[in-house]
Amino acid sequence: MVALSAFTGDAPTSLIQAGGWFLEKAWIIPALPAISFVLILFFGKRMKYKGAELGIVSIAVAFIFAVCCAGQWIGQVNNADSHVEHQKQHQEEKHLDDSHNDGDHHETLSEEIQGTYSNELELASGQDLTVFAAAEEDDGHDAVGIKPVVERFTWWESGGRTFQVGIMVDGLAVMMLFVVTAISLLVHIYSTEYVAGDRRYTHYFAFLSLFSSSMLFFVISENVLQAIVGWELVGVCSFALIGHWWEEKPNSDAALKAFLTNRVGDIGLLIGMSILFWSAGSWSIIEINNAAINHEIGHSTLLVASLCLTAAVMSKSGQFILHTWLPDAMAGPTPVSALIHAATMVVAGIYMVARLYGVFFEGYDIAGSSFNILALVGSVTLVGAGLLAFVQDDIKKVLAYSTVSQLGYMVMALGVGAWTAAVFHLFTHAFFKAGLFLGAGSVSHAVHSFDMKKSMGGMRKFMPTTYKTFVVCTIALMGLPPLAGFWSKDEILVGTGGWGMFGGTGGNGTYVFALVMGIIGAALTCAYMTRVIYLTFFGEFRGDTHGHGDPQESGKRITIPLVILAAMATGAGFLNLPVGFLSGSKSGWQERFGHYVEPVATYFPPIAHGTPSWSLAIFSTVVALIGVSAAGYYFFIKVNAQSPASTELANGLTEKNRIAKAGHTILKQKYYLDHLYTDVIANGTKGPVADAIYWTNQKGIDEAVNQVGKQTARVSTFVYEKIDQNMVDGVVNLSGRASEGLGETTRTIIQRGKIHQYAAIMFAATTILAGLLIVFV
Amino acid sequence: MLLVQFLLLSSVLFCIGIYGVLARKNGVMVLMSIELILNAVNINFVAFGTMTNNIAGEVFALFVIAIAAAEVGVGLAIILLIFRNRNSIDLSSVDSLKG
Repeated sequence: MVALSAFTGDAPTSLIQAGGWFLEKAWIIPALPAISFVLILFFGKRMKYKGAELGIVSIAVAFIFAVCCAGQWIGQVNNADSHVEHQKQHQEEKHLDDSHNDGDHHETLSEEIQGTYSNELELASGQDLTVFAAAEEDDGHDAVGIKPVVERFTWWESGGRTFQVGIMVDGLAVMMLFVVTAISLLVHIYSTEYVAGDRRYTHYFAFLSLFSSSMLFFVISENVLQAIVGWELVGVCSFALIGHWWEEKPNSDAALKAFLTNRVGDIGLLIGMSILFWSAGSWSIIEINNAAINHEIGHSTLLVASLCLTAAVMSKSGQFILHTWLPDAMAGPTPVSALIHAATMVVAGIYMVARLYGVFFEGYDIAGSSFNILALVGSVTLVGAGLLAFVQDDIKKVLAYSTVSQLGYMVMALGVGAWTAAVFHLFTHAFFKAGLFLGAGSVSHAVHSFDMKKSMGGMRKFMPTTYKTFVVCTIALMGLPPLAGFWSKDEILVGTGGWGMFGGTGGNGTYVFALVMGIIGAALTCAYMTRVIYLTFFGEFRGDTHGHGDPQESGKRITIPLVILAAMATGAGFLNLPVGFLSGSKSGWQERFGHYVEPVATYFPPIAHGTPSWSLAIFSTVVALIGVSAAGYYFFIKVNAQSPASTELANGLTEKNRIAKAGHTILKQKYYLDHLYTDVIANGTKGPVADAIYWTNQKGIDEAVNQVGKQTARVSTFVYEKIDQNMVDGVVNLSGRASEGLGETTRTIIQRGKIHQYAAIMFAATTILAGLLIVFV
Repeated sequence: MLLVQFLLLSSVLFCIGIYGVLARKNGVMVLMSIELILNAVNINFVAFGTMTNNIAGEVFALFVIAIAAAEVGVGLAIILLIFRNRNSIDLSSVDSLKG
């Protein structure tokens, strides 16, 4: 295969156009919940189940569509694979024939294929389904690109620019469609019991529908303009759902905080997208990526755009230092936390980076580097948030910080070039984190509180199903084999490439810092989740049910989604077993997820894939187990021995050691970031800015307004007195007086009632007229 | 030559009539002066009609005479009523329609 060696790069040697009814009609998926939103708003209250049935049916149908999309996409990829096999056999035969000939023939073949390659690139834009030559990549990816399904129409035209709206469906989008609809469906079902009897039950389901719709709209966006619309809609729904119980001040404060913090990042989003638009000359995601990868956009432009977009990721996906809204957003109903703040909305930032990966890959020089902002932000977030999770008493806030930490993993993975690992972690994390949130909701449904220390403890006796599913999801989150989290987390660690000591190869660079932080984060995750398990499910029940007896297990509509999510948390990891696991060749279950989701197309940057390492996997598992055992020893043995009802040691480290106490205080105060934002930044600017604005208002604007008013009054007075009164009225009066005078004169002189006089005038007039007649005729 | 004499006669009658209308204060005298004016006109009609051999002049004169009769009838009736109300037919004192 000498001839083909020229094409064994990362760029696909040929492209085939994906097709299929469900893929081309993917716009139906966001449209269904959108229709449901309108219908619920107008008719929900009059329906039998207050509109919940509409929401569930629409999202269920959307889920079925998403599954069909996934099926068709997998079919397309398999189809491409079989073409590759076919082509390969063909080439093998040709190669055997060629081997008898001289070397010149190889060059001819090379040119021949080069010709077909460039032809095919042109053909591909014309919806061509033909498959051309293929080659095997070094790292095991077939080099047959599959063009995503793109359907679009013109939205409006302005100033010679065309703004389009449409769908772009590829493996990544299909995966997200599946995750969002699946989690959303389970959350809908769960909510019918969890918020039953709520005063705004119908409103709640309407916004769940709108949220699902906006997220799905964002996912299938064909261009970045459309993505911005989806992104903002998701933010609005988040605001509405966090503030669902707005009558209580902290809830509406949390909603505002989420919205305003996101605005900070959204400025970055708008600037970044504008830069990309003006430099690439198009809103299209594919064209922007192509321009970035082919170096049609200057490197510094890409870097600035990447930095701006990173700010957007930091706010939307809750990365340090803009993560503060996410824990507060737990003020919303628990299913909302599961749907929005764990599984779907916060991953919008991750998804955006994954979509525009060409921009980030080139802008940050991810390949062959050892440091960039994305990896740094992710690394710091995953450890910083992991530490914060230790000191929270509210079970949902622990999970919120855990989410921040896991999002840190994803951002870090994108930062080090482990694209597939990041997206895979997004996939697995959605299931186990939704399971954890819904489990926490189930517990709080029974005890009417989220406080682990005051209201929980010993729950495993009362709520066995919740307990079991919660533990399964926890193990998945901890990253212990063989549950889902292990495979995705380990893939991220492999992707850092900073693991020379473990004897691995590959990766895009050597991100040692990211690897170290990733391993520390794994240990922290294990430790704080062990604490949650102990405080919630072990020890003695510390709550008060107000005479209603022991807490009861939740109903079927809550436990069934939990069981499904726990099953997914167990099984999802097997979708992407690392290469070399179980058998030597890449077949069966190995790398299936990456194979179907990772684009092999011109719009995707040439990323390198690290080879998995047994020693790294064992080391990270050992570190995780150390985390579990340390926390387990503290809680299950020492605290439990002190008293089953206690939640911490009476004479613990924080009491004895000043440094530990100081650290604990810093964590309790969440690194003082909230103080920094509200007291220093907000209040610091609020006073002077307000004063300055007040002064400007009083002295500048008001003065100007007053002056204008005064001058207007003066001019008006002048006009009234001089012009109106004297001139206009004068003319009117004069004409009146003139008529009056004329009339008076006529009356007294001519019309005196003297018949003789009348007759004399008549004769005089007649005489004059007769004279005129004689003279002139 | 004959025509000029008729025209002179009618002019004299007309002027006498005008004088009577303007100068006389007696209502009956004014009516009689108006009759003079109308007859001056009639003379003109007949004279011109005869001269041009056109019957229209005489016919017109007959119409004028008929209308003058009616006019005098109405006029005398008005003067009669004025006299009954005021015991006078002095037209200079009849000025209650002044402006």
